[in-house]
Amino acid sequence: MKLDATVAVSARGVNATLSVPAGETLALLGPNGSGKSTVIEVLAGLVQPDDGRATLGNTALFAHEDGRMRLTEARRRGVALVTQDASLFPHLSVLDNVGFPARARGVTKARSRIVAHEWLERAGVGDLAERKPSSLSGGQARKVAVARALSSEPKLILLDEPFASLDVDAAVALRALLREVLVGRTAVLSTHDGLDAIDLASSVAVLDRGAVVEQGPTAATFERPRTAFTAAMAGLVWISGVWTSHALTLADGQSVYASGRGLAAGARAAVAIDPRTVKLVSGDTRSAVHDVVKTLEPRGDGTLRVRGSLLWADVSIAEAARALPHVDDPVSFAIASRPLAYAV
Amino acid sequence: MARLPRWLILLAVIAAAFAVLPLAGLASRANWAELPDQLASPASRTALELSLRTAAAATGLCVVFGVPLGFALAALRGVTRAVLRAVLLAPLVLPPVVSGLGLLYAFGRKGLLGETLDAAGLPVAFTTAAVVLAQAFVAMPFMVVSVEASLAARDGRLEAIAATLGAGRSRILAAVTLPGIGVAVGMGAVLAFARSLGEFGATLTFAGSLEGVTRTAPLQIYLARESDPQAAVALGLVLVALAILIVAAAARPGRRVVQ
Repeated sequence: MKLDATVAVSARGVNATLSVPAGETLALLGPNGSGKSTVIEVLAGLVQPDDGRATLGNTALFAHEDGRMRLTEARRRGVALVTQDASLFPHLSVLDNVGFPARARGVTKARSRIVAHEWLERAGVGDLAERKPSSLSGGQARKVAVARALSSEPKLILLDEPFASLDVDAAVALRALLREVLVGRTAVLSTHDGLDAIDLASSVAVLDRGAVVEQGPTAATFERPRTAFTAAMAGLVWISGVWTSHALTLADGQSVYASGRGLAAGARAAVAIDPRTVKLVSGDTRSAVHDVVKTLEPRGDGTLRVRGSLLWADVSIAEAARALPHVDDPVSFAIASRPLAYAV
Repeated sequence: MARLPRWLILLAVIAAAFAVLPLAGLASRANWAELPDQLASPASRTALELSLRTAAAATGLCVVFGVPLGFALAALRGVTRAVLRAVLLAPLVLPPVVSGLGLLYAFGRKGLLGETLDAAGLPVAFTTAAVVLAQAFVAMPFMVVSVEASLAARDGRLEAIAATLGAGRSRILAAVTLPGIGVAVGMGAVLAFARSLGEFGATLTFAGSLEGVTRTAPLQIYLARESDPQAAVALGLVLVALAILIVAAAARPGRRVVQ
């Protein structure tokens, strides 16, 4: 079922609008503190919004009307939530945790256990049925939480940072499970990692300080980000300016040569570049962009990020050793291949 | 643990001796050979049985009414909660004889509800029911504090998740919250039972001392302390043993609060 929502919680500085087509997954992408959890908790009915409205299919989750907030109780929303801490009921076995939604619907205990077994098997954790939540690893607990959420037969499933604080193997296993079970379901998944969005979501909403700054299909949004913020989430250098026949003219008058088929001269345009294709060159190189070094950040993968005020380059240690710039030094960047400029 | 200074150990030893000496005093006066016979005497047995029955009934009242009261108190905020808590927990520190007087003027024949109760054919004062009421009155706060404190330590997140999974209020209460505070309810019940078992002042004032009807073990001990000190000591030792068992059960180490 299609979700359309505007979520406002003024105390937390959140005012976000997003929509999810029926049967698809939206990645809610943003750094820590951008309001992802708040949006998720409002949709689930855990936090009360003070403005906005949300509809899921034909049902209103909440609506601000005539100065009053009308809320549908969490239990009547058909919205299931998988939290970072899994939130399993500690006194119930894994099986009875997953059987909980069926029990809440009035199904007998015996029948609920049969249903729960099926969901545990689908989540690949049938062998954990008799265990208590306290004996599970983080990855196991989250799989059980996914099984429990699905067993409530939700119209919308919310996943709050599903991979947070999982080790690599557990994250890989959970990712495989989600890829499988999210097919055909309407879902919102919050994450600070663009890769999760590419992997699991058909569309992405980028959240910056409580507001959605960009929403669109995942691939297109990451290939042609419309804001520096989205580009940074996608790990790309982003430069915007005015299009002039064969180059992007920046605010300071410098040019970045690019191809811009279909762009009209004078249009606002941008390029998004992989920082590994940006090189440091000597100052007299033609077509170089001249900048000043702001920071030098070791990346941990054998590269050094040389960040200027306009763009940045990820250079190899070898290259950095040849000509290591210092903070506040002038620096010249060259873009290896001619990037594609697009209207913004 | 760091080594403790000697003067502290000395004070601790004095305190421990202070706690143990009265028990030793009781034990020293006991006629161990005749202990079974003394406990088997009709007066002792009747009193002990009455004590156990009434304390169990009072504990039941504390569970049925004290748990909801703890929930209600935990749901309140600010000054209301502070004031209400102070009033509701007063029986903890009230002199029992004052509690007994209060009960008498509320439920006694000439009390606030006396005529109503009489008219309903439920005279209370000086009946076994009065013993149970007196015990429940002084023991209830243990349950209320226990439940309220354990609820205050919960963040309500699991309850919220249960709601998203379709559970209504009663199911959330029964299937999520109550199991989560089960240890606290158990602790409250154990303490309420212990307090009920030891009740003396309020019982004497409100219920009197009628053998087989309102004369509980503490009352029987008080009555027998001069006429038959051996029997008083024997019954006293039973209460000591029960008290130690109860405290041990309530404070079993390694028992963790499930949240």
